[in-house]
Amino acid sequence: MAKKQTVRVTVNGRKREANVEPRTLLVHFIRDWLRLTGTHVGCDTSNCGACTVILDGKNVKSCTMFAAQADGSELLTVEGLIKDGQWHPLQEGFKQEHGLQCGFCTPGMLMSTYALLQRNPDPTEEEIRWGISGNLCRCTGYQNIVKAVQFAVGKMGKPKERPVEQGVAK
Amino acid sequence: MIPPSFEYFRPKTIPEAIALLQQHGDDAKILSGGQSLIPMMKLRLARPGYLIDINRIAGLSHINEEGGHLKIGGLTREAELEASPVVRAKYPIIVDTARVIADPQVRNLATVGGNLAHGDPANDHPATMVALGAQVVATGPKGERIIPIEDFFLSLFSTALQHDEILTEIRIPIPPPRSGGAYFKLERKVGDFATAAVAVQLTLDEKGACQNVGIGLTNVGPTPVKAKKAEDFLRGKKLDEANIKQAAQLAADGSEPSADLRGPVAYKKALVKELTKRALTRASERASK
Repeated sequence: MAKKQTVRVTVNGRKREANVEPRTLLVHFIRDWLRLTGTHVGCDTSNCGACTVILDGKNVKSCTMFAAQADGSELLTVEGLIKDGQWHPLQEGFKQEHGLQCGFCTPGMLMSTYALLQRNPDPTEEEIRWGISGNLCRCTGYQNIVKAVQFAVGKMGKPKERPVEQGVAK
Repeated sequence: MIPPSFEYFRPKTIPEAIALLQQHGDDAKILSGGQSLIPMMKLRLARPGYLIDINRIAGLSHINEEGGHLKIGGLTREAELEASPVVRAKYPIIVDTARVIADPQVRNLATVGGNLAHGDPANDHPATMVALGAQVVATGPKGERIIPIEDFFLSLFSTALQHDEILTEIRIPIPPPRSGGAYFKLERKVGDFATAAVAVQLTLDEKGACQNVGIGLTNVGPTPVKAKKAEDFLRGKKLDEANIKQAAQLAADGSEPSADLRGPVAYKKALVKELTKRALTRASERASK
């Protein structure tokens, strides 16, 4: 067996550590070692985005990264969105606007839209759709997910100046 | 799916990484963004015994103009290209390209060096770099060597990189005034490879005729295709409708697509023709601004 790697991460503000085989994927590390099962394994082939987490401020697919690569990083998973018992405005938005049916894609949707609003607190509808283009939903048809994000934007307050979202066609 | 077992190394310097490559030979692979390699390892299409993670090596991630070139570090992420002020201002073809690679999460990790070094003609940067006349910097035990992009792609998944070399930088000639570029891709959905895509970079002369042009085609051959006949045809000519149409036909004739789930050969050739027209038109508009 390959030499185990010590992986030290800060997850949702807590320092955690484990020794894992190098081939351990980040998503399995999060679910099976850290016991944070809010992050889902959907397709396991880097297509669906259900496993999306925030790694050092960026949304990434945790099924397409080794846990060893995350050593020393800061992770935010869906469990970390709640603050002092209060839902994040995005979570509230998904509830209010019925942004989910089966809910399987929701953790990934929340993390991708969280990353989007961090970069761009006032996205257009097109920018929201672009922001979730790496996350598949088989239930909603996306319309209510877009509304959920718009709900969160309304709740969080728009910035004075609209930033330029990267990568949106002009 | 869990990939097969491997030994993991995380060198801090390029010489350390090269020493590891030399020590483990063909059984070692560089882990860059991992967005192609890790899926391939899961599917057992790649089974490296040793992974050399270069993500913590300093000095491999940069975008800056220097000495007549735009220099892009091999480890630069696609999302960084999309957001770069200099790229957005002067290299619209690169923004066009980066933004249609896979999806936002993948672009946060995927690197431009990996996109080229993987040697996959379905990847998007190869054709764009062909259109731009880029150079690849390969760093090995004897130092750096420069490989012109036309000599870089040898065959499917095979490049001019030796097993003990790392793609450390891409150099793109700074475009002269009256230059413009564009990348047009047809994909079935976000995240899919191109059914076909066309990269065009051109420079107009003072009278508005085509002074120089590079045309690269994605996923219509075993390597990115340089549409040489179309380029030669256009030099010195006005980019009017008839000439654009003729150049697009020459580009389509020069493509060698294979039939697959994305469509038959005739469809893909027709697609190359249409996308070449659109890319030439957009590039010419941008050059005229």
